[in-house]
Amino acid sequence: MHRFANPAQFNRLADKILPWAIAITVITLVVGLYYALFASPEDYQQGSSVRMMYVHVPAAWMAMFVYGVLAVSGFVALVWKHPLALISGKAAAPIGAVFTLLALITGSLWGKPMWGTYWEWDGRMTSVLVLFFFYLGYMALWQGIEDEDKAGKATSILALVGVVNLPIIKFSVEWWNTLHQPASVMRLDGPTIHTDMLIPLLTLAVAYKAYFVVVFLWRMKLEINERKISALAQAANVKVHHYGG
Amino acid sequence: MTAAVKSTGVFWAVVRRDIKLAWSQGGTGTMALSFFLIAVSLFPFGVGPEPQMLARIAAGVIWVVALLACLLSLDRLFQADFEDGSLDDLALSPIGMMGIAAAKTLAHWISTVLPLVVMAPLLAMLMQLPNEGYLLLVISLLIGTPALSLFGAIGAALTVSVRRGGVLMSLLVLPLYIPTLIFGVGAVDAVILSADPTPHLALLGAVTLVGIVVSPFATAAALRLSLE
Repeated sequence: MHRFANPAQFNRLADKILPWAIAITVITLVVGLYYALFASPEDYQQGSSVRMMYVHVPAAWMAMFVYGVLAVSGFVALVWKHPLALISGKAAAPIGAVFTLLALITGSLWGKPMWGTYWEWDGRMTSVLVLFFFYLGYMALWQGIEDEDKAGKATSILALVGVVNLPIIKFSVEWWNTLHQPASVMRLDGPTIHTDMLIPLLTLAVAYKAYFVVVFLWRMKLEINERKISALAQAANVKVHHYGG
Repeated sequence: MTAAVKSTGVFWAVVRRDIKLAWSQGGTGTMALSFFLIAVSLFPFGVGPEPQMLARIAAGVIWVVALLACLLSLDRLFQADFEDGSLDDLALSPIGMMGIAAAKTLAHWISTVLPLVVMAPLLAMLMQLPNEGYLLLVISLLIGTPALSLFGAIGAALTVSVRRGGVLMSLLVLPLYIPTLIFGVGAVDAVILSADPTPHLALLGAVTLVGIVVSPFATAAALRLSLE
């Protein structure tokens, strides 16, 4: 586990993964978008606006997946004090927030033609909004505490406490039986949507995941390099001061 | 044996001390209670005084304002002790940081939140809450408000070393309050619409129980962090 605690080792591994992740992102995005926007059938009720689904649903999945990343890295950071886990939440949070916002915006645009309203206080929409607030709070806490090490630990605690909200989002469509449709892909008895729609949906889901990996690794590397630079600068300052005095 | 006796003694001493402080001059007890009273009475001005309208929103308004009053008082939960260094002393007590966190959270609930619950029926009357809702309002507040203190304590502990951490704390704590709010208001609304409120109360109790399990751990960990 601590093999990758060495930043140089992590950087090497990241550099190996990155080209593959970028390639997968581009290929699945292009193929997925082509099928989603042109080659897939229209819905018999929703017509072409069903295509909103291909952007919206994977974004909503990512919103929750990235929260999982925050929670897992928080757990690893607190239990094993793994130095990379301490910063992986910081790297992931803004990406998660953007996916959450994307899910909210596309959902709202999809809601207007389908339900006749941009916003409805139904269980799923509201709980995703809460998730968005949570990302904001998480990022604000990272910024609020100056000491990076302390900030990492504090946000880890927050991420773990916030897990309380995840089941509420997952079950919101069952508990509040309102506008939002119940789960149709992630079901124990198999998906209930047609294969022609399922394939572009899953392709785009892979594209979103691969995109996340790319940006996540970039941000991790950036964070590590920034810390290296500030550590070097600090050391240099001390030396300059020392010789000058 | 004596150690155990001593520990409980310390626990209750901290609880008593914090309750006394909350109600002494400049404490948060009176402040939260006045805020509760004033903020609820703003609603008839804001939405209009029609009894049907007020009756419909009464439970929600009282729950939301109780939640905000609680938030207002949480700001100082650990701050004074952190600033003057008594938190370092308390951390060395025989009950440990987790005991201190639990004691201070309990004291917060007794001194600041319980008075809100006692006051709630009076405000419910001002807000024209239907008669069948009174009992459930008090029961739901009694079951649900400990969760407000418990989750709030985590947020207060996380932001204790942050300058002007109050706003940041609201950002952290409010998302955690939403389940409590939903089930609390749901229980009162259910009984007004002559439905069964027990599922709501059970879920409300579940949230509070999760808080009891999680909060002392997380609060103590966050406090230890700020003392490092």
